[in-house]
Amino acid sequence: MSQSPYISGSTSVSVIMLKVLLALVPGIVAYVWVFGGGVLVSLTLASITALVSEGVMLKLRNRPVRPFLMDGSALVTAWLLALALPPLAPWWLVVVGTLFAIVIAKQLYGGLGYNPFNPAMVGYAVLLISFPVIMTQWPAPLALAHAQLGFADQLHYIFSRGLPVDVQVDAITSATPLDYLKTQLKLQHALADISQAPVFGVVGAKGGELVTGAYLLGGLYLLQQRIVTWHIPVAFLAMLALVAGASSLLDPVHYAGAGFHLFSGASMLCAFFIATDPISGPTTPKGKLLFAAGIGLLTWLIRTYGGYPDGVAFAVLFMNICVPLIDAYTQPRVFGHKL
Amino acid sequence: MTNREIIENGLWKQNPGVVQLLGMCPTLAVTSTVVNGLSLGLATAFVMAASNASISPIRKYVPGEIRIPVFILIIAALVTVTDLVMHAYVHALHAVLGIFIPLIVTNCIVLARVEAFAAKNDIAPSALDGLMMGLGLAMVLTVLGGMREVIGKGTLLSGLDLAFGPAAKQFVITVVPDYHGFLLAILPPGAFIGLALLIAGRNWVESRKHGASVANVSVASCH
Repeated sequence: MSQSPYISGSTSVSVIMLKVLLALVPGIVAYVWVFGGGVLVSLTLASITALVSEGVMLKLRNRPVRPFLMDGSALVTAWLLALALPPLAPWWLVVVGTLFAIVIAKQLYGGLGYNPFNPAMVGYAVLLISFPVIMTQWPAPLALAHAQLGFADQLHYIFSRGLPVDVQVDAITSATPLDYLKTQLKLQHALADISQAPVFGVVGAKGGELVTGAYLLGGLYLLQQRIVTWHIPVAFLAMLALVAGASSLLDPVHYAGAGFHLFSGASMLCAFFIATDPISGPTTPKGKLLFAAGIGLLTWLIRTYGGYPDGVAFAVLFMNICVPLIDAYTQPRVFGHKL
Repeated sequence: MTNREIIENGLWKQNPGVVQLLGMCPTLAVTSTVVNGLSLGLATAFVMAASNASISPIRKYVPGEIRIPVFILIIAALVTVTDLVMHAYVHALHAVLGIFIPLIVTNCIVLARVEAFAAKNDIAPSALDGLMMGLGLAMVLTVLGGMREVIGKGTLLSGLDLAFGPAAKQFVITVVPDYHGFLLAILPPGAFIGLALLIAGRNWVESRKHGASVANVSVASCH
């Protein structure tokens, strides 16, 4: 559903979804470059799980299977979830998360167009709450890792958690900058010293900032193709930059700057691909601005004061709940009517 | 109403847990394991049977205007008895269930049955109604507890030693050995999702029984 005027192009759901998938490709390429090929396994696993579970659920619900499977929305959910998970996550983690996202968060609410919550983020939140240890165990970027895993080794690790004999888990994992920042600040270290650590890159995470940059590139393509409007990405990024910038200006010893927040964690992925979900988001332009600004503020709050290193998933889910309220209060004036 | 109808209503047709949606407080809060769910369910069933049986004989002497406080006082007395008895004989279990035993007083299913049934019927059917409604709730609590325990911890009947002493530890069934644990099922969201699935399951069975007609769910919930 969208705002008037209702004259629109003949863009079908499948074309939109296809372009979203296409826009994710630069991010995936950067991901493989930085973390190795393991993420491709997650993507494949998530895609297969999503398509199979979507098909089974549609069949159980007596809905036409083929058209809904071919629209690609399940694939988008699967890819977003797989990209949000740690790259070398065990195979069952990917499968459980995708199953939850498709079966419970999407199909049980009525399928495409009816889900009040972003399915990928529901899957992510379920996994983060249920398996906090695995979900916060991120592999180090290849350039930083003490031991290099080839693709075959990564495959072995994903499916059986087995490592080559001379490699310990600690040698291939490292804290993400968001995580590192949080623990070090708790230890009363100053931000200037903390950011000298090797996990930090030019603005965000070493390696990670390449991936977020690639997401930004894909996002700009979506904007150019008019798949997403500017409201949500701009409002989200501006709000995040505003609160992060203001707090670091006031207290540069304890708060990371705007650049760091914009280019670490899932900021860019959220701005262009997650928060812009047309189903679980608001429909009015003013509503979109409010919605995305809320996500930006909550993301910063959770990252800075919350218990989890990144706050995107919870921020998106929280603002999803507010969507009906936002939509009700931001109805534009109909021409010829007073408000 | 015949005894058969009373039993059917309590256990299935008007089941407090999945049809009337009364007694949500224990349903959502204590069903993390089978033992917790079953024991609080049985305590509630006892209170309901006893309160229905003790309020039915005095129903004609209680003025209508003050019947609610009178009913609540009687229910509270019975809950206090239950609480003290559990504290004395199954102390470990009492420690786990904690505040939820005294909270049976505020559980609307108890007052609902007193108001809707015991205040209009004789002692024997009232007692049976309280017992059957209580058992219907206990059934839901046990099944929900079982679902959450198997998915969340991979075991069944864990915590049995709280009720029957250390010897009962060997009866704990490990359904999935070497299980990682699925924390969501144990946490509050697991209770909501599990209850929703149970309600959906019951509606599905009913709608299959009545052909294509959509199952009717009364939504009147509190606590």
